[in-house]
Amino acid sequence: MVVRSLIKPRTYRDSIRLMSLSTAARSFPGIRQAVAIMGTERNKATLETSGLLTGEAAGARPDDLVIVISGDDARSVDQALESLETLLTDEAPGGDGRSGEYWPRTLGSALKLQPNSNLALISVPGPYAAAEAVKALRRGLHVQVFSDNVALDEEIELKRLARGLGLLVMGPDCGTAIISGVPLGFANVVRRGPVGIVGASGTGIQQVSVLIDRLGSGVSHAIGTGGRDLSDAVGGLTALAALEALDQDPATEVILLLSKPPGVRTAQSVLERAAVCAKPVVVSFLGAAAPSSGRVTGAATLEEAAAKAVALARGESPEGRVEAFPREKLEPVVRAEMAQKDARQRYLRGLFTGGTLADEAIFLLEKSLGPIFSNIPLRPELKLADARKSLGNCVVDLGEDEFTRGRPHPMIDPSYRAERLIMEASDPEVAVLLCDVVLGFGAHPNPAGVLAEAVRTARNVSEGRLTVVASVCGTASDPQDLERQEEILRREGVLVFPSNAYAAEVAGAIARRCAGRGTT
Amino acid sequence: MMSAAANLLSSRPSVVNVGLKSFYDNLKGLGVPGVHVDWRPPAAGDPALGKRLAALEGQMDRIAAANREAVSRLFAAQPVWVDVGPAVETIPGFTPSTILHAGPPVPWEKMCGPMRGAVAGALIFEGFAADFEEALAVAGSGKITFAPCHHHSAVGPMAGVISASMPVLVVENRTFGNRAYSHFNNEGGRGTALSFGFCGPEAVNMLRWQRDVLGPAMRDAVRASGGIDLKSLTAKALQMGDECHNRHVASTSLLWRELLPHLARTEVSRRHLQEIADLVARNDWFFLNFSMAACKASLDPVRGIPWCTMVTAMARNGVEAGIRVSGLGDRWFTAPAPAVKGLYFPGFTAEDANPDLGDSAITETCGIGAFAMAAAPAMTKLVGGSVAEAIGYTREMGEITLETNPTFTIPHLDFLGTPTGIDLLKVIETGVTPVINTGIAHRKPGLGMVGAGLVRLPIECFISALEAFSETAAGDGAFAKTG
Repeated sequence: MVVRSLIKPRTYRDSIRLMSLSTAARSFPGIRQAVAIMGTERNKATLETSGLLTGEAAGARPDDLVIVISGDDARSVDQALESLETLLTDEAPGGDGRSGEYWPRTLGSALKLQPNSNLALISVPGPYAAAEAVKALRRGLHVQVFSDNVALDEEIELKRLARGLGLLVMGPDCGTAIISGVPLGFANVVRRGPVGIVGASGTGIQQVSVLIDRLGSGVSHAIGTGGRDLSDAVGGLTALAALEALDQDPATEVILLLSKPPGVRTAQSVLERAAVCAKPVVVSFLGAAAPSSGRVTGAATLEEAAAKAVALARGESPEGRVEAFPREKLEPVVRAEMAQKDARQRYLRGLFTGGTLADEAIFLLEKSLGPIFSNIPLRPELKLADARKSLGNCVVDLGEDEFTRGRPHPMIDPSYRAERLIMEASDPEVAVLLCDVVLGFGAHPNPAGVLAEAVRTARNVSEGRLTVVASVCGTASDPQDLERQEEILRREGVLVFPSNAYAAEVAGAIARRCAGRGTT
Repeated sequence: MMSAAANLLSSRPSVVNVGLKSFYDNLKGLGVPGVHVDWRPPAAGDPALGKRLAALEGQMDRIAAANREAVSRLFAAQPVWVDVGPAVETIPGFTPSTILHAGPPVPWEKMCGPMRGAVAGALIFEGFAADFEEALAVAGSGKITFAPCHHHSAVGPMAGVISASMPVLVVENRTFGNRAYSHFNNEGGRGTALSFGFCGPEAVNMLRWQRDVLGPAMRDAVRASGGIDLKSLTAKALQMGDECHNRHVASTSLLWRELLPHLARTEVSRRHLQEIADLVARNDWFFLNFSMAACKASLDPVRGIPWCTMVTAMARNGVEAGIRVSGLGDRWFTAPAPAVKGLYFPGFTAEDANPDLGDSAITETCGIGAFAMAAAPAMTKLVGGSVAEAIGYTREMGEITLETNPTFTIPHLDFLGTPTGIDLLKVIETGVTPVINTGIAHRKPGLGMVGAGLVRLPIECFISALEAFSETAAGDGAFAKTG
C-alpha cells in the first residue's frame, strides 16, 4: 500500500468543498483512503489516527491545503493526486471576474456592497468564528453563528458584547433560524403566523415549526440560541434576549421555548422571565419535568409543545393537549406488523439524523422498552462502546462527531444511515427500525428516496419481517415536498407518522410486543 | 423601549453570508437580499490574528479616519524632478564615507553577494580601494558608514548602493515640500550594472562617466526646465504599456522627450551629448530611479499618522525583506527575503539566484509596478505567466488596498484606477500579500542579472507589524507622530 501527500500552500477551501474533493478522490481507481483538509493541528491529529500523517502533512500550516491519498500502488496514487490538483486549479473560487460573479473577500468590503445589511450568517471553521462574529457585531449586525467548536469563553464574551450593543447572537452551533419568514441555515419553509420560537436545538426548531405549519398555524420567527446557551456557564444570554424580543414583537402572539434540560440556575432565570411575558409561553425542556404556572405552560415532547402553542394562538386552552394528531388505534397496526416476525426478532434500532429527535425518541422509548443504549445515552452506563455497533434496544444519533469527521452531516448525505440500516436488517434479533427524515434547505434533495431504497435492500436481507417506522420533518413548501417524501416511504411499506413522538410511540409499542412474546 | 432585536424582527433580514456558499445560494433562490463573502482564514491560518483584528474593530473609526488622511496626502502628492547633485552635497546626513544600500538595515558581514559586489564597485569608484579584495577589506574595516537609503530619504533599485560622489536626482513633492533622492540608473547594457552586483571596470567606468558627464548635464537640463512633473509622466506611461517598475520603455522615452529641448540648450559639449544619446538608445530602464524617487517623495508625508495602517515602505536587502507602517513610524518589520519565482536568462537557474533585493518595491507601495500589471501585459514575457494572470494581480491587489488611484488608470479596464495604499489590516484579514515584480541578481558578487520574476512580501512582516499595532492600540494608543 502506498501513501502520498500533496500540500497546496496558502490555499483555502471550505469544509463542503474539501469533502467533495475527498469523495472525488476516493472514487479514483486503486484508491483506498483519501482525505482533503486544511493543515490545522486538529486535522493533523485526525490524519495521524488514520495512519495518514506523512512528514509533509505534519509540516503543513493551518492555511495550507493538505491532500493525503492511500492506494494499492504508486501509479494509482500519483494519478489520483494529479487529477485532484487539476480539479483544484480548475476551480475559480470567485473574485477574479472569471466566474462572472464578484464575491468580496471580507466583511468590510461586503458591507460596501450592501450597506443596509442587518444579519451576518457565519459558517467558517470554529476557531475563526468568534472573531468574525465580533467584527460583525461591531459593525452593527446581528449574528447567526452556524459554526460549532467555538470555545466557551469566546461564546460568553460574544454574547456579553452583543448584549451591550443591543444585538442578537444566535449560536454558536446554531444550525437553524427563521427570521421574518426567511429560513436561515438548515430550516424549513414554514407558513408565517403567530408562534414565536426560541430554540436551543436546530432539529428541535425544525420539528416544532413544521408541526405548527401542519396544524394550520404559522411561525413569526424562530430564534436559535445555540446548543450551549442555556448552560449555567452561558446563563441563557441569548434565550433571555430572544424572549424579550418576541414579547415585544407585534407579529408574535405565543412564545414557544425549547431546549435540552438547562442548567439549574438558568432554568430558573429563564422561567422567571417567561412568567412575566405579556404573551403566553410554552416551555419544553425535552424530557425534563416541564412546570406549568400562570401563563407558562410546560410540554414534555415537541409535538405537545406545538399542539399547546397552536391552541394558545387560537385562544383555546392548552390543557390536556398532549397530542397534536389524534392517535389511531394501535392494536391493528401492531398485530399486522407482528404477523411475519421471526421468533428471534425483539429489538428496536433507531437511526437518527437529527440529534434532538433522537433524544426525544430515547426519552419516549424508555417508557415502553426500558433502558435504551445510545451514543447519546440518558445515563453513562448505557453508552455504546462502539457507536457503529448497536446493542439491544438502541438509538443512534448519526450526526454526532464520531460519524461526521471527514463526512458530511447525515442530513446532507444520508448514505451512511442507508448502509447502517441494511446492516441492522441482517441482525436476526432486530424487529423494528425507527428513522427521522428531515427536509428543508440544506438537507439532501431526496432523503426519503435514499431511505426507501435502503429499506428495499434491507427487506431482502432480513429473515423475519422488518418493521420500519419513520416521521418526515418538513412542509409541503419545502424543496423536497413533504407529501411526496411521505408517499415514497409508504410505497416501500414504511409506517409514516406526522411527528417524531408519534413514530416513537408506535415503534416502541411494536418492539414491546416483540419483547413480550413468551421466550423462556 | 425597543428590544434588542426589534430592528431584526421587524423586516426581512438583509444577510451577509460568511462561509459556506450554499447558504447564500438558498437565500438568493428565495429572493432575500444577500451578499456572499469569499472567506479565507486570516494570515497564516492563525485564529489569534483574527482575534486581534476583531479587537481593533472598536477603533475602526479612528483607523478609518487616519487612513483617509493618508490616502488624501498620497493622492495630493506632486513629485517633481528639480535638481541633480553629488550625494555628499545633496542628501541630508551624507558623509564622505557613507554608503547607502537598499532595504532595511543590514551589517556588512551579513550583506548578500550582489550587495557586496556593488559596495566594492562603489569603494573602487570613490578611490577607497584599488580592487575587489581591497574593497572588501575597507568595507569590513569599520571606516565605512553603512545605512539604508530609506533612512536618508533615498531609494535605490536592487543593491541600491549610493556613494558620496555619485550624482543623485532630487525629487521634490511640491505639495508638502519634502524631497527624495536616487542615483541614476547604472545599467550600461550587457548586464554590467553596479546595482546587480557587477563591480568590474565597466561598472566603475559607468560611475565615473555619470559623475563627470551625465550628472552635470542632467543638472543643467533639469534646472533649465524648471522641473519635470514625474506624476503625469508616470500616468501617461501606464497608459502606454509600462508599469513603471520593471517596464520603462515608454516612461524612459517620455522623459527624454521632455528633457531634450532643455538639454539641447545647455552648454553640454557635442561629444558628451553623443555619449548621452548613446545611453538613451540602450538603457530601457533609465526612468526606474525617477519612478522610485517619485514614489518615495509621495509616500514620505504619509509616515507617522497615528492609528494609520497604510504601508509606507516595502524594501529588501537581499537577506531580509521589511515593511514600514504609517502609524508605527519608522520601525521596520522584517522577515527572511524570499526567493523570486521567474524566468532565467539562458545558462542560469534558480540555484544561481539571490533572494529578493531592492527598494524598488516602493513602486508597488505607491500603486504601480506589479499592482498595475494589468496595464503592462507585455511584462509576462519577462516574468512569466499569462495576460489573464497579469490582470488578475491588479484585481487581487484591490483586496488589500485602501483606494483606487485617481491619476494612474488603466484604459482597457474602463480606466480602473490602480489599487493604491496597502492596508496592513486587509493583508492580515485576507492572507493576501503584496505582489512585486523584480529583477533577479546572481547570488555571487560580480555576476550581474540572471533573470526576472514575481515575488510576494512575506506575511511574517505583516504579522509582526499587526502585533505591534494591536499592542499599541490596546495600550496607550501612543502611535508614532509625523517625524
